[in-house]
Amino acid sequence: MGKLYAELIRIRFLTLLAYRVNYYSGIIIYAINIGAYYFLWGAIYSGQGNLAGMSLSQMTSYVAISWMSRAFYFNNIDAEIGQEVREGKVAIEMIRPYNYLSVKTAQALGEGIFRLFFFAIPGLLLIRLFIPFQFPDTLEVWGWYGLSLVFAFIVNTQINLLTGLFTFFFLRNEGMMMAKRMIVDLLSGVIIPISFFPGWTASLLQVLPFQAINFTPSMIFSGALAGKAAFTAIGMQVMWVVILLVPIVLLWKLAKRNLIVQGG
Amino acid sequence: MGQVIRLFQDYLSQYFKTKLTYRVNFITELVSNLVYELLNLVFILVVFTHVPTIQGWTLYEIVFIYGYFLVPYALFSMFFGFWDFNERYIIRGEMDRILTRPVNHLAQISLESIAPDRLFGVITGVIIMFFAGSKLNLDLSWYDPIIFLLLVFSSTLIYGGIYTAIASVSFYTDSRTGIAPMVWNIQNYGRYPVDIYNNAISILLKWILPFAFVGFYPSAYFLKKEELYGYTMLTPVMGIIFFTLGIIFWNQGVKKYSGAGS
Repeated sequence: MGKLYAELIRIRFLTLLAYRVNYYSGIIIYAINIGAYYFLWGAIYSGQGNLAGMSLSQMTSYVAISWMSRAFYFNNIDAEIGQEVREGKVAIEMIRPYNYLSVKTAQALGEGIFRLFFFAIPGLLLIRLFIPFQFPDTLEVWGWYGLSLVFAFIVNTQINLLTGLFTFFFLRNEGMMMAKRMIVDLLSGVIIPISFFPGWTASLLQVLPFQAINFTPSMIFSGALAGKAAFTAIGMQVMWVVILLVPIVLLWKLAKRNLIVQGG
Repeated sequence: MGQVIRLFQDYLSQYFKTKLTYRVNFITELVSNLVYELLNLVFILVVFTHVPTIQGWTLYEIVFIYGYFLVPYALFSMFFGFWDFNERYIIRGEMDRILTRPVNHLAQISLESIAPDRLFGVITGVIIMFFAGSKLNLDLSWYDPIIFLLLVFSSTLIYGGIYTAIASVSFYTDSRTGIAPMVWNIQNYGRYPVDIYNNAISILLKWILPFAFVGFYPSAYFLKKEELYGYTMLTPVMGIIFFTLGIIFWNQGVKKYSGAGS
């Protein structure tokens, strides 16, 4: 079984490798976005020392690493599930001797590994040429960041699986997927670190799973979250990985009963 | 022209028939557009809970610029939604069909990809402008609505010109260039005062990809920033120049077009 999924991961990696040129423009797009927020934060910080406990140089690292973490964990498996449901291909997938959702997760991992080596790492080095931000100075911080990023990837994939599963009920679901993508970007901390949110919104975001997707690893990388606090934050991520399994399993059971095979 | 308007009505009713087949999706699409529009507003509001001004610009001034920014963008994306022009018309050979139609080819393509649901963006933008305007105690003259329409029309022409020019690149090469998504991300720089960017970027936003004229400069008129009025008055000129350039590129491209072969 393990060999089967390893093979799925490998195939997805190789497929993307064949189209790697498509990702070069992706790096430039991310650079454009990082640039936009770099200037914006520069203007926001002018004349201010610390905002929400972060210095300008920590914020610069945060902006760069939050986009490049996104370059790694982002995938479109929800849209893929949607397309397979719409075209009726899901019927074939479901009679094959493997678990459909595990297959999707394996493909997401293949894509993640590809994106790490051909998008996130070169992107990070490219951005470093234009925007002066600091890499973590100890190996320990790199380690915590890496671990945290793995859980970030899992939580994001779980949320994608959930949105994808809704297609089984609505048949077309592009609207919800688009909304999800934007909500995840806002509430996970890509657009603004969630420690900036005021009052009750901050406490609300503390109990939602989105911070596990980006805020946690980016704060560790920028040095704003360290030591015991970083350890607790990673513990929270693990908790979300476990909790999110419950709705996925339930929805999958319902979806199998609800499936309408279209096309053919 | 009369023919185009008649076709417009037909395409409109066709659009709603297709969309309303999947009602839940239609509604979630509307919601997701709204979420997108509010996303940046949330960013602005959250940032201003920490600072009083951004380089001299106050919260409601920035919110007002953002409200204006949404209006021409919504109009543009209603009429020029052919992001997938390369794939849909060049690679699949659909352009051949377009060229055999009696209507102007650009009008035909624009009608085929029309997205009237984007009009909600205009409403959102106007509401945001009125909200910010009332907080700033801006007073309106009788001619301000006319100036508003003129500026919005000009900003929409800038968008239209730039993206038509980009789409016409597909006539020369049928491989994906990835230029459109890059430019789309650059246009988001136009939501904020251009003086926060460095020199190279502000020259780019003023004269090369003039996205300063789709948000910041037109809004400056309503915000009574007299030192920027010169740029505001330049907006219609930029609109005409860039739209004309777009059309020229497009027509040149159509002449060069040789079909995808199949």
